[in-house]
Amino acid sequence: MSAALKLVDLTVAYDRHPAVHHVSAEIPSGEITAIVGPNGAGKSTLLKAMLGLVRRVEGRIECSARRIAYLPQQAEIDRSFPISVLDTVLLGRWSRFGAFGKAAKGDVHDAQHAIESVGLSGFERRPIDTLSVGQFQRVLFARLLLQDADLVLLDEPFAAIDAKTVTDLMGVIHRWRREQRTVVAVLHDLDQVRREFPNSLLLARELVDSGPTSRVLSAENLLRARAMAEAWDEQAGACDVPLRQTA
Amino acid sequence: MYDLLIAPFADFGFMKRALVACFCLSLGGSSIGVFLILRRLSLMGDALAHALLPGAALGFLLGGLSLPAMSLGGFLAGITTALVSGAIARFTAMREDASFAAAYLTALALGVLIVSLRGSAVDLMNILFGAILAVDTQALLLIAGTATMTLVGLAAIYRPLVVECFNPGFLAAMGVRGALYHYLFLSLAVLNMVAAFQALGTLMALGLMLLPAVAASFWAREVWSMTAIAAPMAFLSGAIGLLLSFHAGLPSGPTIVLVASLFFLVSLVFGTRASVRARLSHPVHLRG
Repeated sequence: MSAALKLVDLTVAYDRHPAVHHVSAEIPSGEITAIVGPNGAGKSTLLKAMLGLVRRVEGRIECSARRIAYLPQQAEIDRSFPISVLDTVLLGRWSRFGAFGKAAKGDVHDAQHAIESVGLSGFERRPIDTLSVGQFQRVLFARLLLQDADLVLLDEPFAAIDAKTVTDLMGVIHRWRREQRTVVAVLHDLDQVRREFPNSLLLARELVDSGPTSRVLSAENLLRARAMAEAWDEQAGACDVPLRQTA
Repeated sequence: MYDLLIAPFADFGFMKRALVACFCLSLGGSSIGVFLILRRLSLMGDALAHALLPGAALGFLLGGLSLPAMSLGGFLAGITTALVSGAIARFTAMREDASFAAAYLTALALGVLIVSLRGSAVDLMNILFGAILAVDTQALLLIAGTATMTLVGLAAIYRPLVVECFNPGFLAAMGVRGALYHYLFLSLAVLNMVAAFQALGTLMALGLMLLPAVAASFWAREVWSMTAIAAPMAFLSGAIGLLLSFHAGLPSGPTIVLVASLFFLVSLVFGTRASVRARLSHPVHLRG
């Protein structure tokens, strides 16, 4: 099994305190992988590092994906902005028309199709500030569909989402898997991860374990993760872990 | 009726020029105003307008009451303030509104000090409050040119600007430098303030941009419809304000801005969305 992403001794820090600390792991290609860990474990930071949105302090990321799609946490979007559902979804084709080009008829058609497949037919002209949290998440998934990416990164896609919407959107994720796309999702619902995600990466700033979910999410590992995340040393000295060998 | 509404503009060159100036300022400025509101930058825009003062004052000190010198000075000061306070916010933990406030207070004090070094109280009044009736052909060209640049410029950066407004992370993930479009937009805003400040003064340069845009937000919800409502409102404020100031002998700048405020108040009360009326009335709710 080839790796879509290879993290090699990755460290990312905010104000010199590491948020992701010497993490080495592989994300299998064409599979769906869950990133799990307590709050503040560096899960979102890890996604942002994969996207190149935050600076790496140490280590590197090897990425074989040509096109990456990213679902941010909803708090990062101004949902009161007056833009329609169709326009929002169409942005998924940004790589095709960029900042200045014209959206082709085909793009609009595909956008409508994507809106349909997330169950929002008839919502095309609605401004996004009239949508519920769940409906808006469907809109963002439609945009991801349009991005046609081989690597999809989802940051807490199911936070504050009802069961029906989770089921529908999980359907989209499984569809990506069938299409041989790699999906990485930050998740908190461990039962859901055990049920739906064959691979996991357990993070508590440092890597606890990564691999098959049944092994990674053991009681012992989860306990370790919790203990690691709670320790935050105000007086921490400089870290001098030597560069580890590539896993 | 003719004497009341048309004659002042037909008979006096300065009224004609003032009216054309209002028309151009409304065209370009109202779309800037709409984006300032949507980006929650209204107060920062106001601070930015004040920040033009030291530059304009420096131009005044070096070149006297010359439009090119003062405009160039004002533009450079505005851009510098926007860039510096943006940079301060990015590199330190300070939030952008705080750094803008710090920059604007510094700028205002500096500007008043510089003008008082050489000018009279009248000069200071002119810079602070403007003199739309003294708009000459040169100033008119600057205002018209600004309106043209604003409309063309906004049309060009419309898409990235909208995305930068509501979902900056997406632009970043697409590898687009959103900050670039943010600063392009701020430059256009500063340009409009420079164009407006000769007519309305640095203290009220934003009046014709922001008030109609805020008023429009009580009637419309899309960017284009808000602009389409704000622009004629701004122009009407200008025209009515000019007539009022002509007939009643009032200073033109504050009169124009007050008429715009009136539009805002009426919209606030009677607008179709999120207005006082919409809040108080209890219409039948819909079935689904």
